[in-house]
Amino acid sequence: MIIEGSVWVFGDNIDTDAIIAARYLSTVVPEELAEHLMEDIWPEFPQLIKKGDLIIAGSNFGCGSSREHAPLAIKGAGVSCVVARSFARIFYRNAINIGLPILECEVDLKALKSGRDRLQVDLDRGLLTNLQDGETYQSAPFPPFMQELITRGGLVEYVKARLG
Amino acid sequence: MNKEQFSQSGSTMVEKILAAKADQTKVSPGDLVNIQVDLALGNDVTAPVAIREFERFGLDRVFNPDLIVLVPDHFTPNKDIASAEQVKIVRRFAEQQGIKHFYDVGRMGIEHALLPEKGLVWPGAVIIGADSHTCTYGALGAFATGVGSTDLAAAMAIGEAWFKVPHTMRFEYEGELAPWVSGKDLILFTIGQIGVEGARYRAMEFAGPVISRMGMDGRLTMANMAIEAGGKCGYIQPDQITFDYLEGRVTRPYVPVYSDQDAVYEKVFSYDVSNLEPQIAFPPSPDNVFPVSEAKNIVLDQVVIGSCTNGRIDDLRAAASILKGKKVNPKIRLLVIPATQQIYSTALEEGLLKIFVDAEAAVSTPTCGPCLGGHMGILAKGEKALSTTNRNFIGRMGHPESEVYLCNPAVAAASAVAGRIVHPEEVI
Repeated sequence: MIIEGSVWVFGDNIDTDAIIAARYLSTVVPEELAEHLMEDIWPEFPQLIKKGDLIIAGSNFGCGSSREHAPLAIKGAGVSCVVARSFARIFYRNAINIGLPILECEVDLKALKSGRDRLQVDLDRGLLTNLQDGETYQSAPFPPFMQELITRGGLVEYVKARLG
Repeated sequence: MNKEQFSQSGSTMVEKILAAKADQTKVSPGDLVNIQVDLALGNDVTAPVAIREFERFGLDRVFNPDLIVLVPDHFTPNKDIASAEQVKIVRRFAEQQGIKHFYDVGRMGIEHALLPEKGLVWPGAVIIGADSHTCTYGALGAFATGVGSTDLAAAMAIGEAWFKVPHTMRFEYEGELAPWVSGKDLILFTIGQIGVEGARYRAMEFAGPVISRMGMDGRLTMANMAIEAGGKCGYIQPDQITFDYLEGRVTRPYVPVYSDQDAVYEKVFSYDVSNLEPQIAFPPSPDNVFPVSEAKNIVLDQVVIGSCTNGRIDDLRAAASILKGKKVNPKIRLLVIPATQQIYSTALEEGLLKIFVDAEAAVSTPTCGPCLGGHMGILAKGEKALSTTNRNFIGRMGHPESEVYLCNPAVAAASAVAGRIVHPEEVI
């Protein structure tokens, strides 16, 4: 699958309280959560992000709380893929489990401008292309078991298959 | 499980627990295992999402109701209608599924203080929880790690979870701790040394003479904050202190698991902590750590003593020993939150709650509340709090322009009296 969208660039250690603050956790509806995505660190962000856009970040994205509301809020906003230098482990698990595309990749964050630049992502090959300068980046491949979860669309579908 | 399954060489405690569960003689870091869990935990924030996902499986019954523990503790006693509806979903699910480990208001506690207290954690157990601080139970020699709601849903359906076997880092602490320095200071110091992703995906083994002498409450505090260094789990190998704690709580048989003498660690850190001062994590990150002597003139609005990190009886005793006969600074709001009903009751019997109330602190029923800016003690714009909790991210306790500093319970109590961050010796 090929994705193309505008990028929104974040730094290192974006924690799940920043992604979705605890005061909004009394709902489980992704679209409602999305209205407050990144609000505490970027108040206008929920209005800026558009369906199909990409979130690009530094290391340890999604650290902190285990709240699945964080990837759900990102999914609810229509984000097509999160690309980070590295992910905190619970966020990584959660994103794969709910079928939110993520890629671990060393992207030159300084080369990208939020809301202006566009990236193309070949999810199957893990290949990213900066559409401004043509620069390409290769993401780390997923282990086979995780690839199976991703292919099936998440853990629920995987468990359903197990249950027969 | 029997002893033979654990007789390997070259493995850490976590590798041995995972290998035994996977019915393999040995596992190595990076291996993926699909294994049965002994316990799966959810709270009022994460369980409703898990229940919704569980319903997508089309199953009438959970795999085993006795494996499931549900503790509404984050926004309870219900802070508003929306949170009341969330808890109602959890309560109804527990009733429908015959889940006996459901702990409602009046019988509950903050999950990670409650489960060990109730004897639901034992050495060698594999525990997942849809809460990042599930790593707390490693203090009792269990393999325990935080997961998300969908993982909890899968465990409710099939009793299993998948894990990548983590590399293990060993942390050794030598020397004698100074007065007013506790497990909280060791873990804050460690996070300060290695950073918030210093142990990302890793198991953290805490060891050395300082740990061997540390009481269970301090050990639980240390394992609790492994996640703040990015850790998959934090653990302490069982010893007599562990067995004394388990006595009368855990009735099932268990076999303690130990790292082999020739276990392979990714890295070994060794610290002489004899001269360690109480530690303070400055906003906005738990790795932004300084000794208390460098926290000069930080004037506070609120102080919180409680949480899954530091709401246990030893924590309350330390705070009360400082607050006895004193008053909280008139400009400070001090909140004291015993972490479970049992801790609350013990604190009542020991006269600790009287000391807090007489000092003009507000004492609350158990709740996670203020730690995550949930309810009970939300900060306004520009306010500063000192807290014995575990995170000080932007907006963690309220307004995005409020600030949270992290510390141990003695420093929190002393600072509540002084009105600014101080070493306990300044007010004794």
